[in-house]
Amino acid sequence: MKRRTRWCLTVVGAAMALSWVGPLHAQSRARATDVPTIPHEAVEGFIKLPDGLYFGEGIGVATNSQGHVFVYHRSGDTRLFEFDADGAFVREIGAGLYGMEMAHKVRVDSEDNIWVVDEGSNMVIKFNPEGRVTMVLGHRPEAAVGAVPTDNSGPDERYLFARPTDVTWDQDGNIFVTDGYFNHRLVKYTPDGRYVGQVGGGSRGNESDQFNTPHTVASDHQGNIYVGDRGNARVKVYNSDLELLRMYEDTGNPWEICISEGEHQYLFVSNSNPDSNPAASWDQTGEIYKMELDGTIIGRFGEAGKNPGQFQTVHGLDCRNPNELYTSEISAWRVQKILVGTTPVS
Amino acid sequence: MRRSVQCMLVAAGLAASGAVSAQTNAPAIPYEAEDALSGFPNDIHLGEAAGVARNSRGEIFVYTRTGNPTLSLGTSRYMSHSGSRVFKFDSRGRYEREIGQEIYGALFAQQARVDRDDNVWIVDRMSGQVIKFTPEGRISMVLSRKPEAMQLPVTPPGAGRGGRGGRGPTQGESFRNPTDIAWDSRGNIYVTAGIGGSRIAKYDPEGRFLANFGGDGDMPGQFDGIHGIAIDAEDNLYVADYGNERIQVLDSNGNFRREMSGFGAPMAICITPSPNSMLYVSNSNPPDNIDIDGEIYEVRLDGTITGRFGRAGKLIGEFGTVNSLDCKVPNDLLVGETGNWRVQRVRLRPTQ
Repeated sequence: MKRRTRWCLTVVGAAMALSWVGPLHAQSRARATDVPTIPHEAVEGFIKLPDGLYFGEGIGVATNSQGHVFVYHRSGDTRLFEFDADGAFVREIGAGLYGMEMAHKVRVDSEDNIWVVDEGSNMVIKFNPEGRVTMVLGHRPEAAVGAVPTDNSGPDERYLFARPTDVTWDQDGNIFVTDGYFNHRLVKYTPDGRYVGQVGGGSRGNESDQFNTPHTVASDHQGNIYVGDRGNARVKVYNSDLELLRMYEDTGNPWEICISEGEHQYLFVSNSNPDSNPAASWDQTGEIYKMELDGTIIGRFGEAGKNPGQFQTVHGLDCRNPNELYTSEISAWRVQKILVGTTPVS
Repeated sequence: MRRSVQCMLVAAGLAASGAVSAQTNAPAIPYEAEDALSGFPNDIHLGEAAGVARNSRGEIFVYTRTGNPTLSLGTSRYMSHSGSRVFKFDSRGRYEREIGQEIYGALFAQQARVDRDDNVWIVDRMSGQVIKFTPEGRISMVLSRKPEAMQLPVTPPGAGRGGRGGRGPTQGESFRNPTDIAWDSRGNIYVTAGIGGSRIAKYDPEGRFLANFGGDGDMPGQFDGIHGIAIDAEDNLYVADYGNERIQVLDSNGNFRREMSGFGAPMAICITPSPNSMLYVSNSNPPDNIDIDGEIYEVRLDGTITGRFGRAGKLIGEFGTVNSLDCKVPNDLLVGETGNWRVQRVRLRPTQ
C-alpha cells in the first residue's frame, strides 16, 4: 500500500511556519457572566454509519428542508455524507471530486442546494439537491504549476480564495464567502457568481473594518450577515450591502455560528475549545450560546469534553430547528444531535 | 439534468470590456446552450473539463482534471499519481464509461482529440505525455515520458531527470507543458508545446520524430506560448499563438504562410470539416476573472471574422475559461471549460 500525501501538504513546512505567526489557537473565556444554563442532551446513536464508513474530523454539518443531515468531514479523503432525518446513511456526495481536499464547511441554501467550502482546494462548490455540481467559486491551484504557497491569492483577487472558511446567502440569493485564514475578508457575489464587493481584506486586525480570521458566517431573514470574527472574539453584523451594523463581543471566540429558521430566529454561537485541548482550556471554553438576533444572550449550554453531550471543538453547527441542533466536532470524530430546552434553568 | 437557455445578443454590450485587441464589433451569433453531459453515476464527477472531443459516431470523450493529484511520501523520491480521468459519453451526452483508469500519465488533463480513425488522444500537461487510445479504449501509442520523480519544490515536467531527453524539453520526443495535438491528411502527428513554450513537434504516423517548428518571439514563425492547433483539409496548420494574440498559418513543413488576428488571445481552437470549413477560436477569460473576455469567435479560414458569441460567466450560455472546442458538426459545438466544471453543447443560429 502506497503512502501518499496531498499536493497541498507538499508545502507543509511553509504552512507550519505560517501557523506559528499568530496565536496558535483562538481561545478566550467569554466576557459574559451569570449566563443562565439551558438544559440539553445528546440523542445517542442518532447517526448510523454503515459498516466500512467512518467519520474523520467533523468539520461541517447542515440540514436541508427535509431534515436530511449533510456531514463534511476530513477522513482518509475529505468526504461529504448524507443521512436521512432518522440518521440513516443515504449516500456519499461528490466522491472523488476535484475540489474536495480539506473540508471546512457545509451549508444548505433555501432551495436545498448543498454548498461546501474547501480550504485545501480554495474553492466553494455548489451541488444541486441531486448531488451534482452546478457552480464553483474560486480556482484550485494548478498541479502542473507545482507546489504553491498556501496564501497564493491576495485580498484584491475577486475570484480566488486563500483558505476560505464559510458561505451564506441573503434573501435575494446573493452569496457571501468568508475568506478566511489569509485574506481576512467577507466577499459578496451575485447569485450568478459575479463579484459585488468586500469588506476587510489585507492584513488581519481588530479595527472595526478588519477581521482576524473570519471563520464562520450566517444570515437572517432580513438579509443581515453575521460574521464570526474568531481571532477578535466578536460577531460582526452587516447588512447585505456590507455596512457594519453592530458587534457582539461577550461570547468568546466564535468558531461557529448559525441562525435558526422560523418566524423567531435565534443566533447560536460556539466558543469552541481549541482543537489541541491546551491546558485549562476545558475550564474556559467549549460552551454554546443561544442569543436573540440583537445580541441579547438567552442562555448557554454544553462544556468541553469527550462524553456525549459535551463538545470537543465544535466546528459545525446546524440550528434550522432551534430546539434540535446538530454539532460536528474536530477532536471527536462524530456528529451529535442535541436536544435543547427552551427555558433556562438557572 | 439538461438545461437549455437562449443566449442571443448578450455579447455586444456586456463583453465590451474584453481584450482590447478583440474585435468587439463582430456581429453576435444567436445561439442556444445546454449542459452537454448527463447520466453520471453518483461517484463520477467532472472536474475542470480540459479536453472534449467527438468521434465519427458523435460519441463524446472528456479528459478532465478530477480527484486529487498526489505525491508519495516515504520513498526515495517524490512520485506523482493520478489527478485526471477520461470519460466516454454516448452521442446524446449520456455517461457510458471510463477509459484509461489509473494510467501512469494522467496527472493534469490538458486536451483531448479524436483522429479520423476514431482513435482518442489525450494530452497531459504535467506528465508531458501524449497518449493514444484505440477506439476500443486500449493504449496504442505513447509520446514522451513522464518524469520519474518530482522535485520539491516542484519543478516543471521535463526539467528534471528521468525521461529521455528530460533536460532538453525542446528536443525530440519530450514535451514540457504540451497543449494540443492534430494530424494532417497523411496521418503525420503535430504536438504543440505549449504553455510558455513555442514548439511544434512533427512525427510520422508511426510516432517517429521528424522536425521541430517554431521558436520564441513575435516574428512570423515565432510564438509566445502555443495553446492549440488545428489543421484544415489542405494540410495547413492553424497555430494558436496565445501571447502574440494571433493565429499563425503554417504549411505542413512549418513554413509561415500568413497570420490572422482580431479575436484576442487564442486558447481553444477547432476547424469544421470541409467543404466550407470554419474556424472557431476562444478568447478565454483567465480562471481568476469572469469580468473580462470569454467570447468565442467564428472565423473563415482566410481570417475574416464572421461573428462572435458568449461571454465569461458561470451561467449556462456563459463560458468559464474555455480550454477545448469540438466542431466536428457544423453549428453544433462542444465547449469544455476549466473555470466551470462542465461541457456545454452550443447550437449556433438555431431555427426558431
